[in-house]
Amino acid sequence: MNEYILPIAFGVTIGTIARFIMLRTDYRQYPTYLHGKVIHLALGFIAAALGAVAIPAIMEKEFTAVTFLTIAASQFREVRNMERNTLVELDSYELVPRGNTYIEGIAIAFESRNYLVIFVAFVTTLTYIALNWWGAIIVAILSFLFIRRFMSGSTMKEIVDIEQKDVHFDGAGLYVDNIYIMNIGLPDRQKEIAQYGMGFVLTPKNFDVRSTIANLGQRQAILHDVSVSLGVFRDSGTPALVPLIKRDLDDGRIGVFILPQNQDVEKAKKIIGAVPVLENAIRMPSESKVSKKN
Amino acid sequence: MNIEKAILAVITVNKTKVTGGAPIFLCENKDEMEKVAANLEAIIDGISHALSDELYIIVKH
Repeated sequence: MNEYILPIAFGVTIGTIARFIMLRTDYRQYPTYLHGKVIHLALGFIAAALGAVAIPAIMEKEFTAVTFLTIAASQFREVRNMERNTLVELDSYELVPRGNTYIEGIAIAFESRNYLVIFVAFVTTLTYIALNWWGAIIVAILSFLFIRRFMSGSTMKEIVDIEQKDVHFDGAGLYVDNIYIMNIGLPDRQKEIAQYGMGFVLTPKNFDVRSTIANLGQRQAILHDVSVSLGVFRDSGTPALVPLIKRDLDDGRIGVFILPQNQDVEKAKKIIGAVPVLENAIRMPSESKVSKKN
Repeated sequence: MNIEKAILAVITVNKTKVTGGAPIFLCENKDEMEKVAANLEAIIDGISHALSDELYIIVKH
């Protein structure tokens, strides 16, 4: 048996387990089906194998083997395209769509997780060869902790204060607190909205957050997550019954108008608080050179 | 240029208030106007917006 077989097998196993840990099915329900999971586990296995053979290749002075990693990179970029295309296709059939910003965030996560797997397989194989097997186990556990930390970003409750406010009509205008949402003409629709509608106002905790929650993709993500978790009083052919978020131009607060089937206010607050802050929506105006000078 | 929103129908009880391109539905009273607006909203997948008490429009968003 070759001296590298055990370290490589160890690295590949740890890498594949890492991919499995990162592949959770939660309220987003994606990937929810067995075949979707098999695809990602198989790709995770390939990524782990690539990471694991890198060190033995270098030790055997096969430096050109590193070029395989570039093939891996283009392969995993393809994963991102695949996920994006699938989700965009499905999005048009959602009652409350995810929105492109959310989809892009999910697609990026799928790509980057494969790179994390390469990294995990790489360091565990390295320690196995450089030290011994129990050193590699310690490194594997440390990297599991690392990726767990790495994969969860911040959530809405860290950047905004969430308050429930009443939904009311001024003539045909629908308001949440003092934020105008939309014009609803028919009295019947107004009755339905008064019965099922719920309003929340999200107040940004600082100036940077204003631009983040103003992002249309971030707003759509909030509506999608709330509608998935609490149900939505809506059907195709009822465009008037649509959850919406509008902004107060004066102070950057946003008014969230939703039509949940589950009328639990506390639960709704928690769900809004747990919505991920999308990487692509984060803005840091306070980090610009101009504002740093002052 | 793409037109994203369009007024598909105008429903009114006061015909002196409207004229122009979109189909105009004249109604006898407010009740009839609401019924027509509700039906049109369901049929053409638009939203009924009230411009005033005697004038509704159906807009496709």
